Amino acid sequence: MTKSKPSTTEVHRAIDTVLRGDRGRMLAALSASLGNLALAEDCLQEAATKALTDWPKSGVPHVPAAWLIQVARRQAIDILRRSKRFQERSAELAQLKDEAMQKEPSELPDNRLALMFTCCHPALEPSAQVALTLHCIAGLTTAEIARAFVVQTSTMAARLTRAKAKIKNAGIPFGLPDEDARKARTSEVLRVIYLIYNEGYSASSGATPLRVDLCVEALFMAELLVHLSKGDPEAMGLLALIKFSYARREARAGDRNAYIPLDQQDRRLWDTQMIADGQAVLEQALSLGQVGPYQVQAAIHGLHSAALDASETDWSQIEHLYRLMRRMDGNPVIALNHAVAVGQAGDTERSLEMIADLEPVLAHYQPLYAAKAAMLARAGQISAADTAYLRAIKMSENAAEQDFLESRRALLSGIAH
Amino acid sequence: MKYLALIYADPKVEPQPGTPEWGALMEGYQTFSERLNKDGAFLAGEALQEVETATSVRVRSGKAEISDGPFAETKETLGGFYMIEAPDLDKALEYAAQIPTAGYGTVEIRPVMTFD
Repeated sequence: MTKSKPSTTEVHRAIDTVLRGDRGRMLAALSASLGNLALAEDCLQEAATKALTDWPKSGVPHVPAAWLIQVARRQAIDILRRSKRFQERSAELAQLKDEAMQKEPSELPDNRLALMFTCCHPALEPSAQVALTLHCIAGLTTAEIARAFVVQTSTMAARLTRAKAKIKNAGIPFGLPDEDARKARTSEVLRVIYLIYNEGYSASSGATPLRVDLCVEALFMAELLVHLSKGDPEAMGLLALIKFSYARREARAGDRNAYIPLDQQDRRLWDTQMIADGQAVLEQALSLGQVGPYQVQAAIHGLHSAALDASETDWSQIEHLYRLMRRMDGNPVIALNHAVAVGQAGDTERSLEMIADLEPVLAHYQPLYAAKAAMLARAGQISAADTAYLRAIKMSENAAEQDFLESRRALLSGIAH
Repeated sequence: MKYLALIYADPKVEPQPGTPEWGALMEGYQTFSERLNKDGAFLAGEALQEVETATSVRVRSGKAEISDGPFAETKETLGGFYMIEAPDLDKALEYAAQIPTAGYGTVEIRPVMTFD
């Protein structure tokens, strides 16, 4: 304990720091002994409230997280004692008391992987999975998550409360899933992290300084998942994918935050260190010989990142990888990307056939018409390209994207004359 | 915990009695019920008569209003249920996935309320 008494500001800062930095570890440790994330959250909240009154008097403890856990455990014992099913829970209580009696552990056991699986449980709705993961693992406050998703704090608070109630009432367990469910459940966690990354990526234009960078949070969680899963190849694939993509952050926003597509970016602005890190992680993942969709996607991004100029892009490799990807994932958007790669690799005729085949399924998907327009322009079918651009512009809801498509459309007259 | 598994399916895609598919379905249910019994997880379970036999009751202003048909008219109808004992939702979902109708219909899992 520190000798001199801290000021209120110092106490607030200490509490904020520990809740932000160690919430995942604390909640995971508490949930592991309580078997219940909702109760763990409530008790941690109580402990933080107690710290507000205790720490100005006693000083900030040497290991604040350990102090909070001990207090939260005592809180849990009180709650369980009051519950009517006290008898049924006597074993749980005895164990909790043992744990509460222990000296404050200086090192917390790391149960965050189990916490990730609980937060991303498929029985929770996707937006709740995202919110819970950001709150419990990344340590963001409800207000921060609300700002990141541009909703009212009360709306986000209600979403988190509903999710925690479902975990408690439906009996969503805390713990690692069985071996045979592990793969499917890991891909749920990966999907949530990827969703968080994409939200951060697409929201970064028009960002207010108050908003937390969801891309950074996703990067942190992907690193954490790689570490906790002891190198799951798909987790490494996702980490590499995020690194390749995030490495281009400076190059993709132009004036007024206008979106700059990959082939127009000033590649000198790319973060070469982060790209090198991504390549290293991807190589390690691929060496394990268990290829999955995130690794393939990362490999595609890796090829883009390796080209110093857009014209040097290895499209035939990319086309090959998309073909592989289509075998793993029947999503028509992947088929569209494949069609584009076929065209970029040189076969515009085949590419246009593939796009035409996809039109019925992707009739409401704006990028299909943008891709079709670009491919028609490439094939020299100017008036058809113009029609497709107009359709894409009409379907776009994003001003920056509309500007970009207009500029591409304007280039058509240059080809025509 | 106790969980209720509600089994829904579109009667149009259900196997019909007398076909080989029907035989396989019944066999599947028998195997599943035996597994539940062996695990000590079986609390109750029944198949229901077809939805055309459903009657709904509402009491409004003290008066019972009775009408023909289920609570909600949907393509998939409630065809049966199991009451299962399971330690958590994951185990309950594992059982639910073994209910033969889950292969073409939907099984909804609901935890039973405990008042404490």
